[in-house]
Amino acid sequence: MIVFEKPHALTDTPLHYCPGCTHGIVHRLVAEAIDELGIEGRTIGIAPVGCSVLAYNYFNCDMIEAAHGRAPAVATGVKRAMPDNIVFAYQGDGDLASIGMCETVSTAARGENITVIFINNAIYGMTGGQMAPTSLLGQVTQTSPYGRDPKTQGYPIRVCELLATLDAPVYLERVTVNSVKNVRNAKRAIKKAFQNQVDGRGFSFIEVLSACPTNWGMTPQKALQWIDEAMIPQYPLGVFRDKEA
Amino acid sequence: MKETVLMKGNEAIAEAAILAGCRHYFGYPITPQTEVAAYMAKKMPKIGGTFLQAESEIAAINMVYGVASTGHPAMTSSSSPGISLKAEGISYLAGADLPALIVNVQRGGPGLGGIQPSQSDYFFTTRGPGHGDFHVLVFAPSSVQEMADLTGRALHLAWKYRMPAMLLADGTMGQMMEPVTLPDACNAFGDDNPWAATGTEMKRPHNIITSLDLSPENLEKQNFERFERYKKIEETECLWEEYLLDDADICIVACGITARVSRNAIVEARKQGLKVGMLRPITLWPFPKKALAAAAEHVGAFLCVEMNMGQMKEDVELAIRCKKPVALCSRVGGMIPTPDEVLEHIRKIAEGGDNA
Repeated sequence: MIVFEKPHALTDTPLHYCPGCTHGIVHRLVAEAIDELGIEGRTIGIAPVGCSVLAYNYFNCDMIEAAHGRAPAVATGVKRAMPDNIVFAYQGDGDLASIGMCETVSTAARGENITVIFINNAIYGMTGGQMAPTSLLGQVTQTSPYGRDPKTQGYPIRVCELLATLDAPVYLERVTVNSVKNVRNAKRAIKKAFQNQVDGRGFSFIEVLSACPTNWGMTPQKALQWIDEAMIPQYPLGVFRDKEA
Repeated sequence: MKETVLMKGNEAIAEAAILAGCRHYFGYPITPQTEVAAYMAKKMPKIGGTFLQAESEIAAINMVYGVASTGHPAMTSSSSPGISLKAEGISYLAGADLPALIVNVQRGGPGLGGIQPSQSDYFFTTRGPGHGDFHVLVFAPSSVQEMADLTGRALHLAWKYRMPAMLLADGTMGQMMEPVTLPDACNAFGDDNPWAATGTEMKRPHNIITSLDLSPENLEKQNFERFERYKKIEETECLWEEYLLDDADICIVACGITARVSRNAIVEARKQGLKVGMLRPITLWPFPKKALAAAAEHVGAFLCVEMNMGQMKEDVELAIRCKKPVALCSRVGGMIPTPDEVLEHIRKIAEGGDNA
């Protein structure tokens, strides 16, 4: 009896992510959702620039690599040309909330019928741990070596709350993957974000609070705790928009 | 007989793109090309196409990238400052070997510059507008008829060679009205694009559209392969027009509106007994180097007439290996040279006084 197997929507390519990084979990949840909805053959994914730049090697569906921050614009083009396909963008915090904020907000405001998976780990991972738009106050990074100071470096951006000011999005939820319970909840949210698109309902956005032990300078276990202790107080979990509800 | 209609240059681009089979347009307002977007906004919804006013030039070119990734023809249009913003996306299109049409109806620069016509994006465009080693096909229309004809040609060649193509018009071409005979509707793009991201339908391995390759050996190979393609294009896709060149002592080199101004000057010069002709590049990349080198064998001097500070002049000097002197008649900032100004330069060269 098979009790556990790799989702079909993931390739056999070994992931390059650091030990304790939660990208792998989220990749799996996206792939499970694609499998369960039976949409792999018509799904087109957009990979970002950042740690998950090579996501196109890991998903079995057709994949497009976008320029830094431009995934929602690329996804818009794909969806307009191929309205019957399922289109998702997978982006990190630097990509989505800094250089690509204009594309993020505008795509959400247009209510494009796509699914966006937003990995918020409060840091730029691939370039070696610089301050992100979502870095916490006081957070030490390579470019905030004395801790993020709001006087000169501003405050972290809460993207779900920001997008909740727009009329068009149908579904906005923030989840995390730092415990079995939270992983199961994240799975439910991600699947719903894809289901919405299958049903033609419009823009769905899932923010996943994620761990970056390498650049946070923590053990994987401590990093998961830090999500509870530091990230969630700044970024409360929950549903910010659900037009169905 | 085909119908001839009176059209503005920018509208001719839009209609020709639709006739050539393009159904996806993404733009952002900027003078002097906004009529392209306005035309598309009216027409595309009625023919089942996409018109989308993007949030920025950057978003527009990335939407084009998205459509191109699925194997459908797509285009965007802008003017000089907007093309600077598109440079990122153009580089990614080139790196991912995707076809697209980008229209640049040039205005004076640098910076915000002005809104009057210019040809000052010549370097920027012909050297590959963006980071990295690449080229785009560059077409320089000199009439509203050519705005229409070259739009279709640019789309189809972009498709044939899987690379971006740019229609590089000066603002004059975008704004003026002329009779134009529109081309027949066609669709040369086909549905069979095995490389495109269209969904695997669980029947094939996944397609990946990317410009990233972290292996320097592989990335070098890709660059070499791309330049092999470019070499073929240089051999086969050069377009130019010669005017009274056979017996000419002086050869004017000009494109776009300055070629038309020069034509008037040539007619006047000939009346005065001066043997002047013209070689008008229609493709700026590939540049008609061989035709210019051939002209250098029998003319005494060249005169570039440009609405920039002599950008094309450098290509002419390279093409003829500096065998003959190349003079420059130039106006910039939105100013257009007059036939009298061109004639003045011709006279100086004839008298041996303007050898640059």
